[in-house]
Amino acid sequence: MTDTPTTGSTAAAVEPAEGDEPQIAYPRTEWDDYEIIPPTTSLSNEKLTMWTFLGSDCLLFGALISTYLLLRNRQPLSGEGSLKAADLFDIPFTSVSSFVLLMSSLTMVLAVSAIARGEMERCKLWLLTTAAQGAVFIAGQVYEFTSFYREGLGYTVSISSSAFYTLTGFHGVHVSLGIIMLVTLWAMINRGIIGPERAETVEIIGLYWHFVDIVWIVIFAVVYLIP
Amino acid sequence: MSTATEAAPEEIHPSDEAHDDHDHGLSDWGYIKVALLLAALTAAEVLIYFAPPGPLEVPLLLILMVVKFEIVVAYFMHLRFDNKLFTWMFVGGLVLAIAVYAAFATSMVFWTDPAGCDVSPNPSC
Repeated sequence: MTDTPTTGSTAAAVEPAEGDEPQIAYPRTEWDDYEIIPPTTSLSNEKLTMWTFLGSDCLLFGALISTYLLLRNRQPLSGEGSLKAADLFDIPFTSVSSFVLLMSSLTMVLAVSAIARGEMERCKLWLLTTAAQGAVFIAGQVYEFTSFYREGLGYTVSISSSAFYTLTGFHGVHVSLGIIMLVTLWAMINRGIIGPERAETVEIIGLYWHFVDIVWIVIFAVVYLIP
Repeated sequence: MSTATEAAPEEIHPSDEAHDDHDHGLSDWGYIKVALLLAALTAAEVLIYFAPPGPLEVPLLLILMVVKFEIVVAYFMHLRFDNKLFTWMFVGGLVLAIAVYAAFATSMVFWTDPAGCDVSPNPSC
């Protein structure tokens, strides 16, 4: 805040007190009344940033899902490379993986709820549970990829297999990053870096985790279940 | 963090609901009930896959997918209780993603390449 009474649009030198640096006075604006300039939306900038990122990530997965849908039957009718991912799907196995990921969204939201109430120990427990469920999902995906590869469905076997691995692989990378974020969050809470006053940090990481879940809801239905 | 709590009181409009979003979420038991509903919907999807109800299979799977998607976004991601700007940011990306698919489908299904190659599901070249 400045109490210097100035008028006009031209900056003027103010007579400095003895020992002080000379000051330049500028025309007053409405913002001079505030210590911190408030965001014009009065929303949390961090949360808005995460939502903007998630909106843009929709485009990434939209492009990958579109690519898979358009290329999933593009392989030779017979001979080498005629195998496609849909021939090898193990739906009961993938259903269990999907269920685990879905339930990880529940434990994530319980972690957010716990930190909002100031229950740090319970929050840490739910965060670790969420990360563990994510790890189970990733383990399932690694098993699926390995078994597909052993059946002869390599990444470069056909254009459809490339599209399948790229789509599900990108999702797997997102889940893996989410696990890293959850474990980091747990460590930060454990060391007292994040307390109840920063519950929004947990909520923002939670938004990312739920996004990973909803992307899998789409992939599970569109790629695995719809013939 | 630049939040509403740091703003001068007169700058916060009464209609803004951004800073009290935590007050309107569900209880823990409410979240568990939502998760049980999601589990039931997933079970229904798998049931439809193994016992397909004829021509309704694909529409039913798509409807269940959209319902599950919306439940997670509305309740777990709090969009139902949060500021509408967040909804617009997310829905904007979603609509653009669907537009990308529409553009893809148009270019790859309805057009053929100049060499005359068949770009149908079983390509001739």
